[in-house]
Amino acid sequence: MIPLNHFLVLGALLFAIAVAGIFLNRRNLIVILMAIELMLLAVNLNFIAFSHFLGDPAGQVFVFFILTVAAAESAIGLAILVTLFRNLQSINVDDMGSLKG
Amino acid sequence: MNLPLIAFYVAAAVLLVAALRVITARNPVHAALWLVLAFFSAAALWLLLYAEFLAVVLVLVYVGAVMVLFLFVVMMLDVNFDRLREGFWRHVPLAGGIGALMALEMTLVLASREFGAEGAPSPGSPPAGFSNTKELGRLLYTDYVFAFELAAVVLLVAIVAAIALTLRRRKETRYQDPAGQLAATKAGRLRIVKDEPPTVDAGQGKAE
Repeated sequence: MIPLNHFLVLGALLFAIAVAGIFLNRRNLIVILMAIELMLLAVNLNFIAFSHFLGDPAGQVFVFFILTVAAAESAIGLAILVTLFRNLQSINVDDMGSLKG
Repeated sequence: MNLPLIAFYVAAAVLLVAALRVITARNPVHAALWLVLAFFSAAALWLLLYAEFLAVVLVLVYVGAVMVLFLFVVMMLDVNFDRLREGFWRHVPLAGGIGALMALEMTLVLASREFGAEGAPSPGSPPAGFSNTKELGRLLYTDYVFAFELAAVVLLVAIVAAIALTLRRRKETRYQDPAGQLAATKAGRLRIVKDEPPTVDAGQGKAE
């Protein structure tokens, strides 16, 4: 059988790749959203691995809810992206400074 | 080396390569397609953990709906992606360093004796006739029914928000106004005018 550590290390590597992706593509809003999806995937992998090894299906219920919220998040995120593109003709993060934040 | 372990290594390798290509792809369409591959590999890994229902949901909902939405948006927007990649190589040392640091820290935690994950006993395969979907459904509709309904509300709010954000009323498009149509009365639409023929001047004939 596959040890638990294998899944946890894989989840950690996936999360690290996603964080690096946000740093690399810090201007491209679409790729940032994709990196967030990768992060959520890593978290879900950990949840399911622990759920299996502890014999508690509640972890899978959590993954179910994370999937729901992530779907809602990406739908709203992409809607905001489309609206921004209509107004600015750009999805560059550097162009979005109108709030002077 | 047993078969599940080989399957794990293959799926994990594909997953990591696909994730690396997602963040380094020049074209966001390619990045989205690599992300599809990453989700498929993750679904295979979830199957190895006997989470069949979630593996199917991941493929159906994520690959079938969310990634298609991503592809739609990427293809719909006419973006100059080369300009967005400026400074990509400048950020490589920072990003690689932080990513390697995070992975190293996590691996150190997992490898420490105190965490003890390597000693976790493997529960093995579930008994014959065990239905993962049935078990999840039983939990979802009993213990987590309130959270389930909240998730439904979250989805509804997401629908409303996405439509409200992207709905755009063009000036040149003509719309129906049902309230105005219902409020129309006969008096507002129809005006009867008396149209009499012009009267012939009676005095002219007499003068002749």
